[in-house]
Amino acid sequence: MILKKKELLRELKNFTINFGPQHPAAHGVLRLILELDGEIVERADPHIGLLHRGTEKLIEYKTYLQALPYFDRLDYVSMMAQEHTYSLAVEKIGGIKVPRRAQAIRVLFLEITRILNHLLAVGCHALDVGAMSPFMWAFEEREKLMEFYERVSGARMHAAYIRPGGVTMDLPLGFLDDVHQFAAQFNYRLDEIEEMLTGNRIWKERLVDIGVVSSKKAIDWGFSGVMLRGSGLPWDLRKTQPYEIYSELDFVVPVGNRGDCYDRYLIRIEEMRQALSIIQQVLQIMPEGPIKNTNTKLTAPSRSEMKTSMEAVIHHFKLYTEGIILPFGETYTATEAPKGEFGVYLISNNTDKPFRCKIKAPGFGHLQALNEMSKGHMIADVVTIIGTQDIVFGEVDR
Amino acid sequence: MNSKIKQLRELENIIPFLAYQRINDEIILVVSSDKLLFSLNLLKRHIGYHYQLLTCISGVDFLDKNYRFSVVYDLLSLTYNSRLRLKVFVNEITSVPSSVEVFINANWWEREIWDLYGIYFDKHPDLRRILTDYGFEGHPMRKDFPLSGYVEVRYSESKKRIVVEPLELTQEFRSFSFQTPW
Repeated sequence: MILKKKELLRELKNFTINFGPQHPAAHGVLRLILELDGEIVERADPHIGLLHRGTEKLIEYKTYLQALPYFDRLDYVSMMAQEHTYSLAVEKIGGIKVPRRAQAIRVLFLEITRILNHLLAVGCHALDVGAMSPFMWAFEEREKLMEFYERVSGARMHAAYIRPGGVTMDLPLGFLDDVHQFAAQFNYRLDEIEEMLTGNRIWKERLVDIGVVSSKKAIDWGFSGVMLRGSGLPWDLRKTQPYEIYSELDFVVPVGNRGDCYDRYLIRIEEMRQALSIIQQVLQIMPEGPIKNTNTKLTAPSRSEMKTSMEAVIHHFKLYTEGIILPFGETYTATEAPKGEFGVYLISNNTDKPFRCKIKAPGFGHLQALNEMSKGHMIADVVTIIGTQDIVFGEVDR
Repeated sequence: MNSKIKQLRELENIIPFLAYQRINDEIILVVSSDKLLFSLNLLKRHIGYHYQLLTCISGVDFLDKNYRFSVVYDLLSLTYNSRLRLKVFVNEITSVPSSVEVFINANWWEREIWDLYGIYFDKHPDLRRILTDYGFEGHPMRKDFPLSGYVEVRYSESKKRIVVEPLELTQEFRSFSFQTPW
């Protein structure tokens, strides 16, 4: 076999490599087929579905309450945000009112969840790019936040705490003091992370002008959350379509102007600071009162009530065997989850089980733009772009 | 809200929708599949609507209906801060025109529906399976597809590879439905 030198060169020009699924920078189980020209990415074809568990199908066979814990397991770093969206959807179809204290508790935990998610996003992003320490610091703080989860629900991650009609349990004694203590010191931890990254030359070299998305492209690709705001669109569902008590709270929506990875990093940091301010505001106004709808046809009666009242025992039994029955209806309910717009398209058919529960995960929409965002970049920048998209496979694959 | 309805009245003159629903302030339009692309294009570009962001596309299976599947398009207008839902009804033999030429992010959502429901999208640039395994057969989100599936996958120590075998359950799948007897 005689090969001419010219032909040999032409044949070696493009090659395809397989990235993942067992690669630490793939954030779980992303399999990427990268077509490379030297070190330049020509085409990236994400293969997803390696973590597909058929959540939507399973939900169709569960009662409305049994379906709730599946939402923790979608995006397993922002658990309560998703329970909350589902609860809102059920409440919307059933016309269930939520007492004010429950709403305040929900907002408190939603913002804790936002910090939880962004700490992981920024920490892992830094780790992917090569900075080890912010990851460690972020996880120390995450541990404290997950302790808050544990104190109200008994579980560190999969809390199943926010339920249709309110929340499961009231806050334990001294809980708010501890949240306050956390909030008082967290700003300094954020400063430490920022000191390490924001002005860091290597960090900037890796992030600035990488994965630029123009505002038009961001809309075309159906982006939401930080990905949309990074491109200069001031769109936050907490402001534009407020739910719970967000309309009474005072916070700022940070917006980027270049649409690159560095802007999105800065937005995440600023969102954590805003979340902290929201937590402090909620601590100030935390109202007294019931923590869930008092209609025992919809929410379980309290334990103490069950010890004395026969009716309460019957309600409890009926609720946990038969569940809530929702009338015919459908809704698309969306909230601002830390990763973007998380939506639940729920169809009920007058039985105790959802007829259809479509989960609109923000990561799914973001990941399909990976090809376009990484085109023309170096192979190492693909890792940066995956990091900035804040992909978690639990929600992408469902 | 009233202005929105007024807008819709005007919309009726331009978009030939078949039905109109309103559930809890959520507006739903049903269009026929041959008018779908026209309607999406109009809603996206018309200055009075500007539904320029496609949030998601979902499939729904109503097993015993004449038009078995519905494909639901959720649109969002950032300019007017409003949402709109567009529905198309199809069955197993009719297809839906692909909306990738109107919304580029429809690509994966349509692939997902093709994968899970088996609804065919005409002129889709890349209609491959997306969520299920390589070489998977069937469309698992259909209502007549059993929850447990048909096959199980395991690693065979003797053959030193993954083997696919027909499913064997020691107990039948039990569906508990507690319909109130009174």
